[in-house]
Amino acid sequence: MRTFPRVALATLLLALVLAAWQGVASLDSVDDLTLASPAETATALSDDWSLLMDNAWVTLEEVLLGLAIAVVAGAVLAVAMHLWQPLRDAAYPLLIASQAIPIVVLAPIFVLAFDYGMGPKLAIVALICFFPITVNVLDGLRSTPAELLKLMRSLGASRLQTLRKVELPAALPSFFTGLRVAASVSVIGAVFGEWAGADEGLGRLVLLANNQLQTPRAYAGIVLLTLMAVALFALATIADRLLCPWNREEAKA
Amino acid sequence: MQVHPEAPVQEPRPVQRSEIALDGVERRFGRRSTVVALRGLDLRVEAGEVLAVVGPSGCGKSTLLELVAGLQQPDAGSVSVTGATAYMPQRDLLLPWRDALGNAALALECQGLGRRDARERAGALFARFGLAEFERARPSELSGGMRQRVAFLRTLLPGRPVLLLDEPFGALDSITRTSMQGWLAGALAAEPRTVLLVTHDVEEAVLLADRVAVLSPRPGRVVAELDVRLARPRRRRDALGDPAFVELVRRALDVLAVGA
Repeated sequence: MRTFPRVALATLLLALVLAAWQGVASLDSVDDLTLASPAETATALSDDWSLLMDNAWVTLEEVLLGLAIAVVAGAVLAVAMHLWQPLRDAAYPLLIASQAIPIVVLAPIFVLAFDYGMGPKLAIVALICFFPITVNVLDGLRSTPAELLKLMRSLGASRLQTLRKVELPAALPSFFTGLRVAASVSVIGAVFGEWAGADEGLGRLVLLANNQLQTPRAYAGIVLLTLMAVALFALATIADRLLCPWNREEAKA
Repeated sequence: MQVHPEAPVQEPRPVQRSEIALDGVERRFGRRSTVVALRGLDLRVEAGEVLAVVGPSGCGKSTLLELVAGLQQPDAGSVSVTGATAYMPQRDLLLPWRDALGNAALALECQGLGRRDARERAGALFARFGLAEFERARPSELSGGMRQRVAFLRTLLPGRPVLLLDEPFGALDSITRTSMQGWLAGALAAEPRTVLLVTHDVEEAVLLADRVAVLSPRPGRVVAELDVRLARPRRRRDALGDPAFVELVRRALDVLAVGA
């Protein structure tokens, strides 16, 4: 019963936003070059479909690879920090500092360092996604109920057994929380990377179309980038539900 | 222990061998150790004996169990345990991401048994624990009594001779509790172990134990020991009609009332 009204409400709001957007864009005082209407954006989507898709694949690849690097590196670092207190104390300030760096400024530096190709984009996506994953996994590991740890001690479990059988599964829901945040910001990272220097990708296409006053194409690119981020978020949510069914059961109980 | 086919199987056993011995145990908590949970506590549990410890809440009963389990160290005095201990905490503490079988097998896995073997050995006992056909159920799908039985199975499977039970039925409703008490009494009769049972329920203590030790309010120490000279296993329904049983419960309550 719950799903239907939720979908209906979301669709309704989306329709309202589109209608308002169309209304504003249709005003005589609004220049077509300044604001493309939803209808014009849809036309651009179908006219430039193959161009948009070619570039979308490039961006998606950057996003997925960067995200994968962040997941592996973030999870490994979080586990290492959890197991070894000195590393936790040493690395935590650096971890926070890594988030304070404005990525916009960092992107051109990465391009200079890693050259034009995929490298700098992956580095930027990974850098953005790394933080939410590491922090959430670490939090998840550390919030394992003390009673469970005591139980494992009474069963004579080794440190590694406790980690594998109790702490890692207990941290899985937190990992997915981190992954959802990471997935939704990962696309932003790829776009920054492309803006700093690239010869393909949706971010670059939007920038180019904007400079060439092809406003509808720029909008079409933005729509696709948004859809990409939303789809990644949804995938992370689905994976969470499939792999941590107990988390929702517990919440219900 | 090695058993040779030609040698007599019965090993000569020293009479009244203490399996658990606590001497002058003291345990403090809090900043600058100002809270004294236990002080001057002496307690002995013989091999094969069921000893119940009762006392007012906050008298350090759980602390006592954790000391015997080796999860805490005494600040003074000594704790010695001959056999390996199996500790069952107050809450069932089942892992929500494992099914019932996986939870029961956890202790075996911690001993180094492979996941599949551990599940197999746990599964062989499911029917006897009244859990048949619930092997794949998650803890959230089990009733309170069933969760407790899974926790019991997890505790018993490694075959450790000393059982430490911390209010094992405290979280259950009274009907389930009665049936679980009957079930535990039967299980202990079928497979004797040395048991240290902590409870706040005097009737439960007298029902299940050979001996009942009454603790004082904090700092906890043993103020009385009652011998329950009644045959085990006892059924609650029969016991309630037995004047000797009722008298023992009354004496234990009297001691508790004086201490409080």
